[in-house]
Amino acid sequence: MTPPVDLAGADDGDGRLIANVVHFARILRGAGLPIGPGRSIEAVRALQAIGVLSRQDFYWTLHAVFVNRRDQHEVFDQAFNLFWRDPQILERLLSFLLPQALSPDGEKRQDGKEKLSRRLAEAFQAGHQHDRDRPKPLSNEEDEQQIDAVMTWSNREILQEKDFEQMSNAELAQAKLALARLKLPFNEMKTRRFRPSHRGARIDFRATLRAWARSGGNSASFARRVQRTRLPPLIVLCDVSGSMERYTRMFLHFLHALTNDRARVHVFLFGTRLTNITRALRHKDPDRALAKVAASVEDWAGGTRIGHCLAEFNLRWSRRVLGQNATVLLISDGLDRDAAVGLEDEVERLSKSCRRLIWLNPLLRFSGFEPKSSGARAILPFVDDFRPAHSLASLGSIADALSADVGATRRGYRWQSRATAATTQPG
Amino acid sequence: MPSPLPRSVDDSVKLLRDGGYVADRSLATAVTLALKLERPLFLEGEAGVGKTEIAKVLAQTLGRRLIRLQCYEGLDVAAAVYEWNYARQMIEIRMAEADSTSRSSIEQEIFSERFLIRRPLLQALSPDPAGPPVLLIDELDRADEPFEAFLLETLSDWQVTIPEFGTVKAPAPPITVITSNRTREIHDALKRRCYYYWVDYPDAARELEILRVKAPDAPRRLSREVVGFVQKLRGEELFKLPGVAETIDWVKALVALDKIELDPETINDTLGAILKYQDDIAKIRGATAAQMLAQVRAELATAGA
Repeated sequence: MTPPVDLAGADDGDGRLIANVVHFARILRGAGLPIGPGRSIEAVRALQAIGVLSRQDFYWTLHAVFVNRRDQHEVFDQAFNLFWRDPQILERLLSFLLPQALSPDGEKRQDGKEKLSRRLAEAFQAGHQHDRDRPKPLSNEEDEQQIDAVMTWSNREILQEKDFEQMSNAELAQAKLALARLKLPFNEMKTRRFRPSHRGARIDFRATLRAWARSGGNSASFARRVQRTRLPPLIVLCDVSGSMERYTRMFLHFLHALTNDRARVHVFLFGTRLTNITRALRHKDPDRALAKVAASVEDWAGGTRIGHCLAEFNLRWSRRVLGQNATVLLISDGLDRDAAVGLEDEVERLSKSCRRLIWLNPLLRFSGFEPKSSGARAILPFVDDFRPAHSLASLGSIADALSADVGATRRGYRWQSRATAATTQPG
Repeated sequence: MPSPLPRSVDDSVKLLRDGGYVADRSLATAVTLALKLERPLFLEGEAGVGKTEIAKVLAQTLGRRLIRLQCYEGLDVAAAVYEWNYARQMIEIRMAEADSTSRSSIEQEIFSERFLIRRPLLQALSPDPAGPPVLLIDELDRADEPFEAFLLETLSDWQVTIPEFGTVKAPAPPITVITSNRTREIHDALKRRCYYYWVDYPDAARELEILRVKAPDAPRRLSREVVGFVQKLRGEELFKLPGVAETIDWVKALVALDKIELDPETINDTLGAILKYQDDIAKIRGATAAQMLAQVRAELATAGA
C-alpha cells in the first residue's frame, strides 16, 4: 500500500493547488483521457517530489502522470494551456461561448470552482458535438452514381453513410456455425511456451525433478511437455468500394463474428481511404457494431484506390499491427481506379512484412476465371494463398472459401506462372 | 565516481549530461520523478531515438549495476526470473540415493538456493552493495501479453514468488526503465504503474549538441549540414525515418571518409547509413538529395549571416 498523501503539506495555505489539480484531472477525464481519482493523488505527490518552480517543470510533471499514450499529448497540451493560464479569463471567455450556463443569478459566485470545471467539461463536449453534427456531403447525384457501381469502379469518392439491415437470428446462428468451420491455412502457430502432456516430445525437467524428489529418487519416469500453439494475429483489409458493395454487409457480419471469436484481430476497411474499424467491431451486438462502423467509414461504395490505401497501411499501421507473425487477409476484387499505379510496390512491401498474405477474391464466379485486370495482376505474384470465391451467398461460403485446402504453396511461385499466362493471353 | 540521486530536475539534466546524454528538460522531469518516487520509467518512441541509452547512462553515472532483460515473444518465467539447475539436482538425487537420505530432506535440499539460477528479474530484486541496480526491460512490446501480466505484480510489489522456495522481495526497488518501440500497444494497467514519456526526434539545436558530445572530432560545418539534412529527411514520407543513432553513425562514417562537408555524390554513396529501406533510398537518392542539400546550405547561409 502506498502511504496517504500529506495533503496539508502540499498546500500553499488555502488548498487551491490541490483543488485545481483535481479540477484539471476532471477536465482531462471529460476530454476522454482515462484518469481515475488515484491519478490526482499521484499528481499531487509528484508535484511535491519535484518542487515546482517553473511552469515548464509543472507542465512536464503533470504530463508524466496524466498522459500514457502519445495521442493523448495534444489534448493534455490544449487543456493545460487553457486551464493554467488564468481561470478568470477562461471564465469570461466561456460566458461568451455558453450563455445559458451563466444564468444571471449569483449562484456562480458562491462555488465558482465547481461551476468552472463543469462548464469546461461541457465546453469540451460541446466541441465534440459540433464535429459529429457537421452534415456529411451527400447529394442525389452521388446516389445515382452508386447504382451502377457494381462490376465497375467509379472515379469519384462517394461520401455517404450506410444503413445496414439488421442481422436476423438465422444469420447469427449461421455466422457462429461458419466460424466453427473456419480453418485458415496454417492456423495455429507454435509458441515458445509449453504445457504438460503425456505424449510430449520434450522432457519437463521441472516436473520430473519434483516427482523424483517426492519419491526419493525411486521413480524413473519422465514428465513430458509439448509446445503450446496459438492463433497468430489476423489483420483483415476489406475492400468496400462500389464493385464490392453486394458483399459488404455479409463480410462485415463475418468480420464482426471473427473479431469477437478470437483475440488479436484488426480490421481495416478501404475504398478511397483506409479506416480502422477494429474498435467498432468489438461491440458484442452485431447491429450496434455495424451501426458504429457505418458511422465511422466515409467512403462506402465509392471508387477503389488499392495502392494508395495499402501505402497508407504500410506507412501508418504495419509496424504497429503486423508484429508477432501476423497473417493478412486481403478481401478485394482487385479492380483499381488508379489503374494499379504503385500497387505492385505496396503489395510487395505488405507481403514482406507479414507472415502470410491471403487474398480472397469474390469476383471469381466462374471456375475458369483468370485474373486479367491490372490490379489483380499486380497483387497476384505476392500473395501466399489465393482464395477465389465462386459463389458468395452466405457466411458459410466465406468460411469454406478460406478453409479450402489448396496445399502448401511457395510464396508467389504458383500464381506467378498463372499471372504471366494471363498477361500473354490476348483479350 | 558515482553521483548521488538527483534531487531536482536541474540535477537530472546535469546527471544525464555527465553521462554524455543530452536530454530535454521534459525528459529530465520524468527521470527525476521516476528516481524520487521509485516508480518505473516507461519510454516509448521510434527506434534509434536513445531510449535504451537512458538506462545505460543512469547505471553508469549513478554507479549502479545495469541488468538488462531483452524481451521477445514467448519470454517466460524460466528465462526472465529463475530456473532450477536440473543437471545438478539430478546428480544430487543420485548421491542422496547412495547415502540413503530421507525423502523429505532430499526434497528440501534440491530446491534450495544452491540450485537456483538467477535470471535478470530475480537479480534485480536481490540486494546489491552499490545500491539498487538499474533494471532495463528492453522492447517490452516484443514480449507477449502473459508476460506483461506477470510484470504487473513484480513492478508494483517488487517481489516474486518461487513455489518451491518462497517469496523474494527487493530491499529497495530497482531503478526500472521500460522501453517500447510501439509495435503493439502495451496495456494501460502496466503503463499506469509507470511514468510515461514519449521520446521524440530532437530538434536541430539539440541534435547538433548531441553530435558535439557523441562525435567530437567531426568538423563543425559537416555536423551542421548533416543535422540540417537529417531534419529535412524527417519531414519526408519515408517508411523508416532516421533516428539519432543513424545521424551519429552517418557523421562518424563521413569523418572516417575524411569529408569536411556534404556533397551530393557523398550523400548518394553513404545514404545506407541513415536510410535502411531500399524504397526510401531510391526515393531520396540523386536529384531529391541534391535539392535538399541545396536548401540546407541556403538555410545555413542565412542563419550564419
